[in-house]
Amino acid sequence: MADDGKPKTELLDELEKGPWPSFVREIKQAAQTSAVCQDLLGQLELSYEEKRGHWKHGGIVGVLGYGGGVIGRYSDLADKFPAIAHFHTLRVNQPSGWFYTSDALRILCDIWERHGSGLTNMHGSTGDIIFLGAKTADLEPTFKELTEAGFDLGGSGSALRTPSCCVGPARCEWSCYDTLKHCNDVTQEFQDEMHRPPFPYKFKIKFAGCPNDCVASIARADLSVIGTWKDEIQQDDAAVAAYAAGGLDIGKDVCERCPSRCMSWDGQKLSIQNSECVRCMHCINVMPKALRPGKERGATLLIGSKAPIVQGALLSSVLVPFVPAAELFETLKELIRRVWEFWDEYGNNRERIGELIQRVGMANFLDAIGLEPQPEMISAPRDNPYIFFQAEEGK
Amino acid sequence: MAGETAKPKRITDIGPPHYEKFLHPLIKKNYGQWKYHESLGAGILCHVAESGDKLYTVRAGSPRLLSVQTLRLFADLADKYCGGYLRFTSRNNVEFLLGDAANVEPLKKELEAAGFPVGGTNNAISNIVHTQGWVHCHSSATDASGIVKAVMDALCERFTHQDLPAKLRIALACCLNMCGAVHCSDIAILGIHRRPPKVQHNILRKVCEIPTLIASCPTGAIRPATVEGQQSVEVIEAQCMFCGNCYTVCPALPMNDPDNDGISIWVGGKVSNARTAPKFSKLAIPFLPNHPPRWPETVEAVVNIVNVYAQHARKYERMGEWIERIGWPRFFQLTGIPFTRYHIDDFKFAGLTYARSTHIRF
Repeated sequence: MADDGKPKTELLDELEKGPWPSFVREIKQAAQTSAVCQDLLGQLELSYEEKRGHWKHGGIVGVLGYGGGVIGRYSDLADKFPAIAHFHTLRVNQPSGWFYTSDALRILCDIWERHGSGLTNMHGSTGDIIFLGAKTADLEPTFKELTEAGFDLGGSGSALRTPSCCVGPARCEWSCYDTLKHCNDVTQEFQDEMHRPPFPYKFKIKFAGCPNDCVASIARADLSVIGTWKDEIQQDDAAVAAYAAGGLDIGKDVCERCPSRCMSWDGQKLSIQNSECVRCMHCINVMPKALRPGKERGATLLIGSKAPIVQGALLSSVLVPFVPAAELFETLKELIRRVWEFWDEYGNNRERIGELIQRVGMANFLDAIGLEPQPEMISAPRDNPYIFFQAEEGK
Repeated sequence: MAGETAKPKRITDIGPPHYEKFLHPLIKKNYGQWKYHESLGAGILCHVAESGDKLYTVRAGSPRLLSVQTLRLFADLADKYCGGYLRFTSRNNVEFLLGDAANVEPLKKELEAAGFPVGGTNNAISNIVHTQGWVHCHSSATDASGIVKAVMDALCERFTHQDLPAKLRIALACCLNMCGAVHCSDIAILGIHRRPPKVQHNILRKVCEIPTLIASCPTGAIRPATVEGQQSVEVIEAQCMFCGNCYTVCPALPMNDPDNDGISIWVGGKVSNARTAPKFSKLAIPFLPNHPPRWPETVEAVVNIVNVYAQHARKYERMGEWIERIGWPRFFQLTGIPFTRYHIDDFKFAGLTYARSTHIRF
């Protein structure tokens, strides 16, 4: 500890330099009124010296009646840094699309300043507002004030994790269904599964309005809901011509980049063979004033993506090629329940749904949840002849 | 009952506040009725509705780890320039939503003066999605915020200018748990361990269930053992790939090792379906040392990959699309990154990444 009572932060001070906003400055700002942040700076400086973390393995803490939403965290140097002996995280369920008013932000700040470190993440990887650094005794009072202000905790552990969505129809012309509404409504529908972990492992749902997938749902969600359309790309020929006149090389930068080569440009007219279009979004991204997704909109449902732990990373794969937007919420509710029922019965401890499908086979999974196999589900049929023919196929 | 003071009901299971009450009046009016958008410079978007209304967005980078003081600054700026309406993006940027075009430049200036660069749109590098690192995590093999800060300091001009061939998305996860799910990024910075867990036999029985622990190992490297009369486990070191999964289920198998923990760099992943299908990032550099406070080796490696990509990729080619066109041998040649035995997969489905044709560029 330096003479002025502030922790020594020689190494961290280096990270206050440079043009990018500094997390060290943020912690120091919070430390002006928070002893917790003083000790956090002290311990972090030590981590920088020793090149290792100083947080102990979790621990079960939470609020009454919930099995999640709080991540227990304890310092392994509690004697040296007593203010961060407990440094738990609260996950606070964000509003759909991460929209706020200044008043809502201030309410969150005031609650967190009263009860915790004053440090947040806006936002955590899964989407929650993260309150970093609470003592055990502060959890319940924080929760009480949060719920009185209309906020609730998000998911953690073997539960439905807080769903998240892209900006959707609030500010995007490409959104093929209402991502904000579906994210909100699915979250409300499954409050019990979020707050009281019932599953073999975590389950994430992410809602992307179009195949650009700004919430990375195909890589990061056990259930990926990605907007798409069935009919023809909406085309404004005058606007196409304006792009060409403005210097865009439509032949090279649009048609040649089309993955299914479904479009052609003769110097005057852009022709799209919509039956060949794979709805990739490239041409629409390049010419947003001229081209838009079609009018028959809905979503593709994909299942199973995850990070490497335990059996390797997976991308989600197609489960339902198209659900019309008007049927999406009812379809999701029904499908999610069937998937969870199967997972609950057959999933091993810490086995994500994608890994379970790999283990038992997609065909068996489809049987179990009552879906018919469809060619849109695969990139190619199997190339090995080891086929598990079912007994009823023979005589 | 009369005379008794009713205990206030404890509020639970209310879910998130409804988003509608946080939406800008222009958004409410034009919800689902946006016609097109255009970029008015890095970090500035203009969305035009069917009604003719225009909504301006000013996007600024943030360190993600934010004090309540900075959040109040954002709230004050939102009040001053846009009726108090703001949002955050999936990559931890803050966005102010404005109805009045005249407020765009003054807000931009004030954000920049406060140290929050405006940018991150279209063909700029956006903010680095990242994890907690030494600030808050028990299993991290490296820090997160410090590396992000050092890398973004070096790439800040790429955030404030939209001059790359295509989008470029960088992500960082401080261990293989990948809370940041970095595995589909143009460039992924991933903390890795390189030594097996050190089994703490004296406490293992007290803090873990041995069958669960044994089942947690993806390669079956953990087996029961009696050590000095105590029930414990042993790790077959040759089978360990340092994933840390055992430590996640059992605190008696710590992985931390300051001399051997470090960083790996992965390239060429994407999540968007635009042009080519979403794809995983692939290994570029298997190990760089942990070198706080500014991780110069990591910064140099990332900047080099970005610069080589910017110089050689064609318009609209994401990192992975560029590499697929030129081939991996040329990628390693152009970047000067050594190709090693560690680049060849040896886990499940390893053969899928072997070259199974004679399509070779000489």
